Amino acid sequence: MKPVTEVRSRTAVLPFENIDTDRIIPARFLTTTERAGLGRHAFNDWRYTDDGGDNPEFPLNRAEARGCAIVVAGRNFGCGSSREHAPWALLDYGIEAVISSEIADIFRSNSLKNGLLAIVLAEAEHRELIENPGIELAIDVAARTITLPDGRAFAFALDGFARHCLLNGVDQLGFLLDAGAEIDAYEQHAA
Amino acid sequence: MSAQTIIDKIWDAHLVRAETADTPGILYIDLHLIHEVTTPQAFSELRARGLTVRRPERVLATLDHSTPTLPADAHGQRPYASKDAENQVRQLEANCREFGIALEGWDSDDRGIVHVMGPELGATQPGMTIVCGDSHTATHGAFGALAFGIGTTEVGHVLATQCLLQRKPKTFAIHVDGRLRPGVGAKDLILHIIGVIGVGGGTGHVLEYRGSAIEALSMEQRMTVCNMSIEAGARAGLIAPDDTTIAWLAGRPRVPQGADWDRAAARWRALRSDDGARFDREVRIDAADIGPTVTYGTHPGMVMPVHASIPAARDAQEEKALAYMQFGGGRPITGEKVDVVFVGSCTNSRLSDLREAADVLRGRSVAAGVRMLVVPGSVRIKREAEAEGLDAVFTAAGAEWRDAGCSMCIGMNGDIARPGQLVVSTSNRNFEGRQGPGARTVLASPRVAAVAAVNGCITDPDTFLEHAA
Repeated sequence: MKPVTEVRSRTAVLPFENIDTDRIIPARFLTTTERAGLGRHAFNDWRYTDDGGDNPEFPLNRAEARGCAIVVAGRNFGCGSSREHAPWALLDYGIEAVISSEIADIFRSNSLKNGLLAIVLAEAEHRELIENPGIELAIDVAARTITLPDGRAFAFALDGFARHCLLNGVDQLGFLLDAGAEIDAYEQHAA
Repeated sequence: MSAQTIIDKIWDAHLVRAETADTPGILYIDLHLIHEVTTPQAFSELRARGLTVRRPERVLATLDHSTPTLPADAHGQRPYASKDAENQVRQLEANCREFGIALEGWDSDDRGIVHVMGPELGATQPGMTIVCGDSHTATHGAFGALAFGIGTTEVGHVLATQCLLQRKPKTFAIHVDGRLRPGVGAKDLILHIIGVIGVGGGTGHVLEYRGSAIEALSMEQRMTVCNMSIEAGARAGLIAPDDTTIAWLAGRPRVPQGADWDRAAARWRALRSDDGARFDREVRIDAADIGPTVTYGTHPGMVMPVHASIPAARDAQEEKALAYMQFGGGRPITGEKVDVVFVGSCTNSRLSDLREAADVLRGRSVAAGVRMLVVPGSVRIKREAEAEGLDAVFTAAGAEWRDAGCSMCIGMNGDIARPGQLVVSTSNRNFEGRQGPGARTVLASPRVAAVAAVNGCITDPDTFLEHAA
């Protein structure tokens, strides 16, 4: 994983609650055996019209949302399945951070392992971002803050280990492999 | 030592290294279930790094998600939904060969939906930690195991190290006391629970279902309940093992034998939350309050008694959901015309579910214009159902009797509904497009689903079956 220290971008807003992983990447695209190339199917059934054109109703298709790397979404984003294809698709689509007032556990875990910032904010702060699409935000992973154009900063919680891994591009599998002797000892004790 | 929950006990027993403020704990995984969809990238990672599978005997593989449920043709070619789907199956076969993992593949009599197969084989046991790249892994919690879904990166972690990096989740007790009314089952119960705590109500928590109504459930019913824990946002949900659990597991192929069985059973009987154990959250539900329950929106927290009126939208989110469903708030849901009925999935594809549907269909017919699919959860269940003549009941009624697999629960294997069609489904998710682009899903029990198939519209089973009797 590449280190992720900050994300600066205008926001695009998906004001809907409970955006599930089937919305993010429909199951019929999960037959791939690769990680790459899922971006063109991100939000597939919402983003495209039946004839394959861009759906003007999909907020991320609007001109002002183009190129936005930060999505602010309604409560309980990423609920549903464990498919890691969801963060893979979002990253490949150009999204580097998702902000909500609640993010589903497995999606959040998967996102952070891939360098997609999945950030939970307090209700009032989240509401302010939902109501003000298009503002420029600066997310600072080290400081665990989101800075608004007026200079105010919203703090967010991020597990210390997840922060360390993001900042340094730490490979968590390497961390586990380094614990091999302890795992051996556990297995001998448990046997 | 202070009183502990069953969740604390299983967690502590599996810590290779305790968590600190700076690092998560290292949790040992007893059983790793895998399938074709969420593993190819994990095996590629192992190969790229020159790693092996640490404990192949703790990994059990099946084919279920991308697999067609119609039989192979005369040349042995199976009707895969796409070349990619077939390739995914081939890759799992090759990966299991290369890394020495047991695969219950096309030729196996033990193949089934991953969460049906594990318990059936007795691979799922009380007190275990169990993971799978699938959010419905909580199903195995029915046996008093701590079982949860993981992503593909974590699948790679478990393959390589048999461990996961985890922070301890919070605990949430769901007490269900009293008795379920006749005709009300596990599916009605769990839909009701999700409605009470909300679709994100369990986020960050592991649920323990407890109380007299839970203790009275059969193992199949407990699996249905635990299966849908994730639909309330909880990665895991479990039920303490008891005599029902032990009787169900006795004699299964992968359980301990002889004196080892007696020791294991004694250990399992003792595995429960201590009196006075504290949970981070608790909720109490009276089983007598629950009737036949269905969903009416686009997430599993939008539930209602089938005899009631569809709740009016309280906000823009619910308005959008009702518009997608083409339902009007304040109107009854009974009478809504049904296009497809699906009985199957890791939630409701076990023998008792099939019997429940067959009891409605016996001597009746699927209504004109309705397509009904009945898909057993495993090869073994299919055979058992056929031995009882259930297949004949279904086909005589005009339903399709298929081979085991995830089928229409997840629109990726060819079994899908068409845009706009209304599906009454015994599966677990009513998300937009889950059963095919534009398809509308109403989640229900096998009984409610079968009655809808016969009557051609959503119907209160109590009224319908009473009048028909």
